[in-house]
Amino acid sequence: MRYKFLTGAFAATVALNFAGPAAATDLEVTHWWTSGGEAAAVAELAKAFDATGNHWVDGAIAGSGGTARPIMISRITGGDPMGATQFNHGRQAEELVQAGLMRDLTDIATKDKWTEIVRPKSLLDSCTIGGKIYCVPVNIHSWQWLWLSNEAFQKAGVPMPKDWNEFVAAAPALEKAGIIPLAVGGQPWQASGAFDVLLAAVGGTDAFLKVYKDKDAKFAAGPEIAKVFKAADDARKMAKNTNVQDWNQATNLVITGKAGGQIMGDWAQGEFQVAGKTAGKDYACLPGLGLNEVIATGGDAFYFPLLKDEAKSKAQEVLAETLLDPKTQVAFNLKKGSLPVRGDVDLNSANDCMKKGLAILAKGAVIPWTDQLLSQDSQKQKEDLFSEFFAKPDMTLEEAQKRFANIIASAD
Amino acid sequence: MSNSERPNQLFRNLNAKIASVPMILTALVVFVGGTAWTVLYSFTNSKLLPRLNFVGLDQYHRLWSTSRWLISIENLLIYGAISLVFSLVIGFLLAALLDQKIRFEDTFRTIFLYPFALSFIVTGLVWQWLLNPDFGVQRVVRDLGWTSFSFDPLYNSSIVIYGISIAALWQGTGLIMCLMLAGLRGIDEDIWKAARVDGIPAWKTYLFIIIPMMRPVFITTLVIIAAGIVKVYDLVVAQTSGGPGIASEVPAKYVYDYMFFAQNLGQGFAASTMMLLSVVIVIVPWAYLEFGGKKRG
Repeated sequence: MRYKFLTGAFAATVALNFAGPAAATDLEVTHWWTSGGEAAAVAELAKAFDATGNHWVDGAIAGSGGTARPIMISRITGGDPMGATQFNHGRQAEELVQAGLMRDLTDIATKDKWTEIVRPKSLLDSCTIGGKIYCVPVNIHSWQWLWLSNEAFQKAGVPMPKDWNEFVAAAPALEKAGIIPLAVGGQPWQASGAFDVLLAAVGGTDAFLKVYKDKDAKFAAGPEIAKVFKAADDARKMAKNTNVQDWNQATNLVITGKAGGQIMGDWAQGEFQVAGKTAGKDYACLPGLGLNEVIATGGDAFYFPLLKDEAKSKAQEVLAETLLDPKTQVAFNLKKGSLPVRGDVDLNSANDCMKKGLAILAKGAVIPWTDQLLSQDSQKQKEDLFSEFFAKPDMTLEEAQKRFANIIASAD
Repeated sequence: MSNSERPNQLFRNLNAKIASVPMILTALVVFVGGTAWTVLYSFTNSKLLPRLNFVGLDQYHRLWSTSRWLISIENLLIYGAISLVFSLVIGFLLAALLDQKIRFEDTFRTIFLYPFALSFIVTGLVWQWLLNPDFGVQRVVRDLGWTSFSFDPLYNSSIVIYGISIAALWQGTGLIMCLMLAGLRGIDEDIWKAARVDGIPAWKTYLFIIIPMMRPVFITTLVIIAAGIVKVYDLVVAQTSGGPGIASEVPAKYVYDYMFFAQNLGQGFAASTMMLLSVVIVIVPWAYLEFGGKKRG
């Protein structure tokens, strides 16, 4: 009770927009989409939901998922649940579901045949716990992208690289021209994510799965992963002059040509779009760093806390259906820069980069992402390790790899 | 409030007792109860939600083999030593200088105390900007002509904790100065006169007569500073969020991050229990000497 009260009080100070009674049902939806491109995308969802006669009460929490998730979880465990909330699908909400705090959506899923329309299948699998479906995936976000600035490479007088190795080779020329070769912001998840991308690209899909899915610590300490650490060392050297924190500030360095490139998920594309840049002309994107063209099927999903209010529960159903509606899917994902979760929608208006992603998706070259494979605890340890690694030039590769293998050994 | 009959001991000052019931309950339930609960659950493998599934000392083993925790402890020690020594020394010096019956004393006092009105978050933000190499102190000095001047403590792993300490001193010294000033004003004028008659130099008077007389003030100050050291969190979050890398992490931040970001309550509880333990180790011998001694004497 005391715990409930404290967390409740904490949550109440954070989110002051309680939905009052109104004719149309107000449903508060919390999410952490606050950058320019993201806000534009979420407005599309709100518009579609409002069109059903209900009212979307926006509960945006600034400061990226790391800040937002504790607030959301406190509200749910503290007995003040919102109508719906974003999580990355995977294991972030696992315990909330196991504790019976989340709503089972299996009925709606069977009625609307989600198993047939959602693709790839792994998306719905990560929403499924104990045979029941608990979330609605809304997009596929893949981390495996290298964003490059045409302007920066022109200034340095080197041709645009076609893969990671060429990019590393071009780094000295970029540095000479006063350009930061690789932008990596100071937030811990950025360093950690960049490493995971390198692991899948340099090490290959099998290595990635062996480490994160099978949690093979011996393999993680072995020579194949040592190669990945070598690449991470290159990245560390190339990124050493980045003095920004947030990912979108780092993306902005690429947009303005102050940095040569950035390893970042496809959400970065929204920023390029908001800045009015054209794919292929102003910037280029290399899925899988140009080495191993796979994309990970991480992404965002909406979870629905169990509510007592019947009208609100009804509105939850409507929202769940709206989110998967083909029209909403297209409008939302075009703005967000992510890929839709259903294969039967028309995406002719997609730009170059999204088309590349769709083609890879159609080929079925997909891998699960770390959010789906590792617990938040292991993820956090990994973040600590890589943010230290990227900030500390004198940390040896052997030491880093040893600690990485230890994390994998104890991972769950 | 005087009754004609002498009441039962239990009902003496009944109003005061009733009034203090909420605080007693709060202290027992929130502080003592919460502490016991935390310590108990630190021996479990609770993840996102608390569960009574005991794993012995596993969480503590993991804690003490985590490099981030070790760095946090080291940072806390450096930060603690700096803020203890410097805020006492600077605070006392400022107070002693103000005590020389100078003009505009009120003005100076206000100026020195003003930073204390700011929260650590604001302080952290201000100093983050001041210490930013692109538009802070470094930039200003470079613009003045010293182009090789370099001062970017917040971006250098090995000295970042000193950059944070500077901000903490700037914010906290004013309060220490005020406490010290109050202590100095409490010293009888006659002591000074007697010392002067005996021909004792001023610095010696301060060191050997005044400071020992100000013992209670020093103890109060010490407690205030020490509490501030152990709980430091917001300043780090605002200034560096633990960066670069994990070079400026502190224990309180470890607790928060592991409880909420990593969804590992057991680990967070183990860390907070260690923080409690460190406070207890400092407080208990001191309390024993301070209070135990008095009763005997």
